[in-house]
Amino acid sequence: MEFTPIIGLEVHVQLLTKSKLFCGCPNLFNPDNPNVQTCPVCIGLPGSLPVMNQEALRLSQKTAMALNLNLANFTKWDRKQYYYPDLPKAYQISQFDLPFSYDGWVEVTLPSSGETTKVRLIRAHLEEDAGKNMHDESGRGGDSKVDLNRTGTPLLEIVSEPDIRCAEEARVFLEELRLLLRYIEVSDCNMQEGSMRCDANVNLHVHEDGEKIPTPIVEVKNLNSFRGVEAAIEYEIKRQVKAWETDRKRIGDVPKETRGWDADRGQTFAQRGKEDAADYRYFPDPDLVPVTTTDEQLEAIRATLCVFPADRRKSYVNDLGLSEYDASVIVDQGREYADYFDEVTSVCGDGKQAANWLTQDVQRELNDRKIEIAEFSISAAVLGSVLQKIVKGDITIKSGREVFAELLKQSDDGTTVSAESVDAIIADKGLGKEQDTGKIDAAIQAVIDNERNAKAVEDVRGGKQQAVGPLIGQVMRELKGADAGSVRQMIIDKLTS
Amino acid sequence: MDITGSTTGQLLDAMQDGTVSAVDVTQAYLDEISAHGETIGAFLSVNSEGSLAQAAEVDRKRSAGEALGKLAGLPVAVKDNICTKGLSTTCASRMLENFVPPYDAHVTTQLQSADAVIIGKANLDEFAMGSSTENSALKVTRNPWNTDHAPGGSSGGSAAAVGARLAPLGIGSDTGGSIRQPASFCGVVGMKPTYGRVSRYGLVAFASSLDQIGPFATDVTGTARLLESIAGYDARDSTSVDQPVPNYSATVDQPLEGLRVGVVSEFFGDGIDSDVDSSVRAAIDVYRSLGAEVSEVSLPHTKYAVATYYLIACSEASSNLARYDGVHYGRRAEQFENMIDMYAASRAEGFGPEVKRRIMLGVFALSEGYSDQYYLKALKVRRLIRNDFDTALENVDVLAGPTCPTPAFKIGELVDDPLQMYLSDICTISANLAGIPGVSVPAGFSSNALPIGLQLLAGPFEEEKLLRAARMFERETDWHTKRPTFS
Ligand SMILES: [Zn+2]
Repeated sequence: MEFTPIIGLEVHVQLLTKSKLFCGCPNLFNPDNPNVQTCPVCIGLPGSLPVMNQEALRLSQKTAMALNLNLANFTKWDRKQYYYPDLPKAYQISQFDLPFSYDGWVEVTLPSSGETTKVRLIRAHLEEDAGKNMHDESGRGGDSKVDLNRTGTPLLEIVSEPDIRCAEEARVFLEELRLLLRYIEVSDCNMQEGSMRCDANVNLHVHEDGEKIPTPIVEVKNLNSFRGVEAAIEYEIKRQVKAWETDRKRIGDVPKETRGWDADRGQTFAQRGKEDAADYRYFPDPDLVPVTTTDEQLEAIRATLCVFPADRRKSYVNDLGLSEYDASVIVDQGREYADYFDEVTSVCGDGKQAANWLTQDVQRELNDRKIEIAEFSISAAVLGSVLQKIVKGDITIKSGREVFAELLKQSDDGTTVSAESVDAIIADKGLGKEQDTGKIDAAIQAVIDNERNAKAVEDVRGGKQQAVGPLIGQVMRELKGADAGSVRQMIIDKLTS
Repeated sequence: MDITGSTTGQLLDAMQDGTVSAVDVTQAYLDEISAHGETIGAFLSVNSEGSLAQAAEVDRKRSAGEALGKLAGLPVAVKDNICTKGLSTTCASRMLENFVPPYDAHVTTQLQSADAVIIGKANLDEFAMGSSTENSALKVTRNPWNTDHAPGGSSGGSAAAVGARLAPLGIGSDTGGSIRQPASFCGVVGMKPTYGRVSRYGLVAFASSLDQIGPFATDVTGTARLLESIAGYDARDSTSVDQPVPNYSATVDQPLEGLRVGVVSEFFGDGIDSDVDSSVRAAIDVYRSLGAEVSEVSLPHTKYAVATYYLIACSEASSNLARYDGVHYGRRAEQFENMIDMYAASRAEGFGPEVKRRIMLGVFALSEGYSDQYYLKALKVRRLIRNDFDTALENVDVLAGPTCPTPAFKIGELVDDPLQMYLSDICTISANLAGIPGVSVPAGFSSNALPIGLQLLAGPFEEEKLLRAARMFERETDWHTKRPTFS
């Protein structure tokens, strides 16, 4: 059986505003103290009225720009009506026919194949989050409770076209989305805390006798981890293949099915279907006025954007000569990490050198200490000044490592290390490369004159260049710091001329 | 001094010169409420202790020489769909019978900062849905001019309270005539300001795009004084308009030179009571006699106003009232099988028949497949009705006509005929659809001694012009000085 999986994602992302979307309550994750971040507006008391949070719209527009979405100059608010205990007004303020943004795309690269694809986006719109129902899980049938702390949190809904063709692509799309949203600092995209949530629409196009047959669409709800998204889609594809083989149901033969994901059992499961299709009776919210944004206002927002991850990866490869792999490793660590890398590069003037140090020496320390780059005690400026000395040939890489270790030691002892600390360490340890050729010359002569080296000296004179190695080592030890290449050349010159 | 027979101006003067104290004034109205309150049924709750405390505070401020607000010591009857912190706000519904808001409406705060005294919460049609106050689930309110008759609605409690001199001032809300029509029925002045003039924050919503809070008083000057105290921008209401509030009471006595009055021919159509017709035409003659230029104008889409209004109002109401589901507050049914059943049972028990009728109409009008031909079409017609007013007001300053085609009908007369009841609003609802201000002033009596109201309408934010025009008529007549006798 030949088939193509067809996958579209709906992603909900909470925005990092100080206050909620339509009231002044703080926008904070606070599950331990239910119903403290509430006011008459967000709990929908009679007579209360919403007022739009401008910052939420600004962050949404910023996000839309990063997602290559078109921005509308005119947008409005609609009520989406349904009954549920976590929805105190019995309607959600959302956007129906005139979302603030539409038609965009995200570029993703699959690690398995290296293939790059564009996942198109239908729209992104802003809406208020609902509260959270908490049911008694003891099995004793206790009352369900409702926490409205989350009610009214600004929520961005991003809807993709069904452009995704495998579970891996779905996961990578989500990871790229999270990276991008974190780069532009609009959301922390924490799937465990629910600040990023995902629903997946999955079906198959079965290829049979030159015909393309779409199977019924299944929506898998509330996927709350990247692994979960990938595993649920993989499971769902396999399940749908089996379903096709047994019942041969096509799209339209049955209503769209909603399924949940049981992460423990690694299975999707049928959720109680709605008896008839939901009619949300959308209509424009008369309590809110339509919102217009001028092109000038949009340009002002655009000016606040940083370089996006995809562009950064490209620039690291094209402008700094990094490998695709290293570029991704650095960019995918997040904005602070890439910013750190950028600063080290600009101070030392060598992106490859910076990349090597960051992905090896620095990363090892971060791993050992279980810290983020922001908490690392050696600032980018200081590391950059160490690398600059290597690049300029003032110290060897090996000496650089010694300086690095000493810097860590000093900062662990409570010293704030600076570029001056770097100079002091080099001076103290005598790690500066010997530039005095007379001194180098004398050291070389001493090694040549040493009886122990008579054999090696003879070999070099006889043309066996590999015999020069031990001699270089002795000279270097003597000098503490020198350029190995020039020492080598000087020994050969001395013995063969 | 005859406190309850005085106008707000007389009361303010008397309190200022020390003839009476604020406590005297409040006590006099409380005594009146004790004596006649149950005959009229204007109040759902009387704030006896609270109002006396507020009055005492006014007296204290006055004797301490502290600055006093414009309404210092004046009792106000507040419609019971306006939130008052710590005072129950029932919307005359079983659903909210025990609801005590934890916050004040903007209007409530404005009244307090003007040093007014909130004397009680006035009856209304349940959730302001009705034209007679008969839809109150909690109380019957009677017309002070004839207790067999309805006070009008939905702000019938506030209008009856002022008409019966149980309070000198009242606050109502007007969604389709709910201030002007009961003002007309009860023989008092009532005004619906421009949409956005008074913040709706804390007004329990019926139809958000039409609801507007406004004042009642026994005379135009009192109306002006109350309006200037409650109007103004409020950031908590996105539809509130940021425009300066004129000092209406300072200019209200200035007649308008060269006033042009447009008489709306559609408001004198079939079904108009002959007493209403002759009283209103006589009122227009008063303007002629004052030198105003009077002409006939037409609002051609008036015939669609009632249908348009009910589609829009009910659609919005169906959404606004969805929150009363028994989950978070309000009435929850005792007996239910599951969650869906809890919603259904709570709403079935909590809402009265008119509210249910309108919710069902609104749900239908917004349903997928129907909203194009009902709700969205109604929005288009609403635009045409607005255009009618824009055109008519190009050549005249104010529009004039009856507030209601008939005087107050009998209690029970129209309850089984909702369509006839809806037609009672025919002259008032267009102003809500257009968002413009309107005022009803006493303009005579029917042969059976029931008050008749003259309605004046003007362009957006022309309340000052409207009040001055109304006062021009009032100073030439003595209808507003008449008081009902009841026992
Ligand atoms: Zn809130």
